[in-house]
Amino acid sequence: MYTTLILVQTLNGLQFGIILFLIAAGLTLVFGVMDFINLAHGVQYMIGAYFAFAFTSWTGSFGLGLLLALPAALVFGLLLEALVFRHLYDKDHLEQVLATFGIILFLNQGVKVVWGSSPLFVPVPEFLQGSIVLFEGFFYPTYRLAIIGAGLGVAALLYVLVNYTRAGMLVRAGATNAKMVSALGVDIRRLFMIVFGFGAMLAGFAGAMVAPILSVEPGMGDNLLILAFVVIVIGGIGSIRGAFLAALIIGLVDTLGRTFAGDVLRLFMDPGAASTVGRAVAPMLIYILMAAVLFFRPAGLFPVKR
Amino acid sequence: MLDTASPAAAKVAAPPPEAGATSARAPLIRREALAFALFAFFAIAPAIAQVGAEGYLLSLVIRAMIFAIAALSLDLILGYGALVSFGHAAFVGIGCYAVGILMAHSVSDLFVQLLATLLASALFALVTGAISLRTKGVYFIMITLAFGQMIYFLTTSLAAYGGDDGLTLPSRSAVFGTDVLENDLVFYYLVLACLVGVYALLRAIVGSRFGRVLRGTRENPVRMQAIGYDPYRYQLVAYVIAGMIAGLSGFLLANHIEFVSPAFISWQRSGELIIMVVLGGMGTLVGPIVGAMSFLFLEEILARITQDWKLIFGPLLVLVALFARGGILGFFRRKA
Repeated sequence: MYTTLILVQTLNGLQFGIILFLIAAGLTLVFGVMDFINLAHGVQYMIGAYFAFAFTSWTGSFGLGLLLALPAALVFGLLLEALVFRHLYDKDHLEQVLATFGIILFLNQGVKVVWGSSPLFVPVPEFLQGSIVLFEGFFYPTYRLAIIGAGLGVAALLYVLVNYTRAGMLVRAGATNAKMVSALGVDIRRLFMIVFGFGAMLAGFAGAMVAPILSVEPGMGDNLLILAFVVIVIGGIGSIRGAFLAALIIGLVDTLGRTFAGDVLRLFMDPGAASTVGRAVAPMLIYILMAAVLFFRPAGLFPVKR
Repeated sequence: MLDTASPAAAKVAAPPPEAGATSARAPLIRREALAFALFAFFAIAPAIAQVGAEGYLLSLVIRAMIFAIAALSLDLILGYGALVSFGHAAFVGIGCYAVGILMAHSVSDLFVQLLATLLASALFALVTGAISLRTKGVYFIMITLAFGQMIYFLTTSLAAYGGDDGLTLPSRSAVFGTDVLENDLVFYYLVLACLVGVYALLRAIVGSRFGRVLRGTRENPVRMQAIGYDPYRYQLVAYVIAGMIAGLSGFLLANHIEFVSPAFISWQRSGELIIMVVLGGMGTLVGPIVGAMSFLFLEEILARITQDWKLIFGPLLVLVALFARGGILGFFRRKA
């Protein structure tokens, strides 16, 4: 019984980590390549979920909805880039915080105006409903497995794109030294735009994928934004590989911590105190981890090679 | 270490140079005049407020003054020390919970609560500051965010003190066993006195030798080290002072609304404090007061026009970031 619980929570942690990776991948590139603090990255995730909801109810099929939500999220990201972010790259961090915070306020309210403030639900597509028997007596929801699969697929695709294409090479070069890349004659503005749009689309993809298992509501991206920052700091700013590994670590630590912190502490203290302390410590774990990483290895666990 | 191409070196624009060079004396005097005018406005505001819906307006101005205190404290480290703390709301929260928790144990004396607030926030600032200040730039932003989140989740887990839902206070703090603070006007002037006191204190600190070292560290820590100062110690002291003052604002906030909640400590609140400072004009001390007032008053005014006021407020912040360098104060200085 207990082993099953551990297995289920490990898979849940993995699935959470995958979602975090999809959000963090864009954020780490935007941060690493453009040195741009984009607090509005979380709303891209929210927008993706809303697009998935809108297109799913329009077409009646989640697959089609997802297919339409992706380009919509991309266009939305590019639009934001052209309207606002493009003019912020040269500003200092504080002005970026100010402007992107303003965008969070605007878009969180904007989705309320368009779709109302009550949570919306997207049905799980029929062919992914129910559970799969992984082995004797062990079930797991098919859709969550599909998220893990899709996320791993995207991670593999990103790996190929970043490591084996010309655009990927420029992104890697940009993360190491953006000024030098620009000096070598690369149109850095266009590179920024591509990175930005792609990052927005990935975050939107994450939002669309979780729409059937979470409620779609205004502000749903705000807390994930902070978690994505935790991921990219632990992984090393600008490193996709780091973001992937750190996202899995954070997903597992957070999920397993919340389930088992009390049980682990019970080995050292009496049960009542253990469950109280466990409840307090569990949500803090990833931030303690983040502070420790920043203190001992400020460049992150898997930094970009310079 | 000073590789500007790496994200490690945060891009924090130094505020315009000020006092010190004789040519810059004039703006400082104008700033003092502005501060004086603001305080005078606060002093007579209750009289004006009598005309309208007094309770509501008075409460709004009290809130503006309390957040002005918090923003002032952030300006000391952000504006004068170039230390962008993204977890400053934690100190406000510590002040709130010091009051709330003591109240829950029937300790309602103002002086005991204030002492607890200042000690707790100083201790938290000392420990987290000692760790955070080892990092630089963007990493400092992120590590202060981490500590802020820790306090946030700590308060949500305080089941005995309301947990997620927060805690309603039975009353305001007692002064020598009397409930004199229950009178809104008395409380109003207490908050105003705190604001003026904090402003005067920070103005003195900024103008002192300590303040000059802090500003020197902002401009060039390596040079400061070369001429024999240890930037770390000065920054840490400034961080602790800022933390204690933010704690004081939390103490006042809890007393004002007679309610404390983890919502006061969420990362958005820390972001709002940064925005108040940047909006008003950082590194000026008057700016944060103007910023806090503008932020809260605009929020109220826009909310009266439409319930979707954030649709207007959000783009306004974007416009300020794009076009008003140095915030509201900087905008008017250029005009002048």
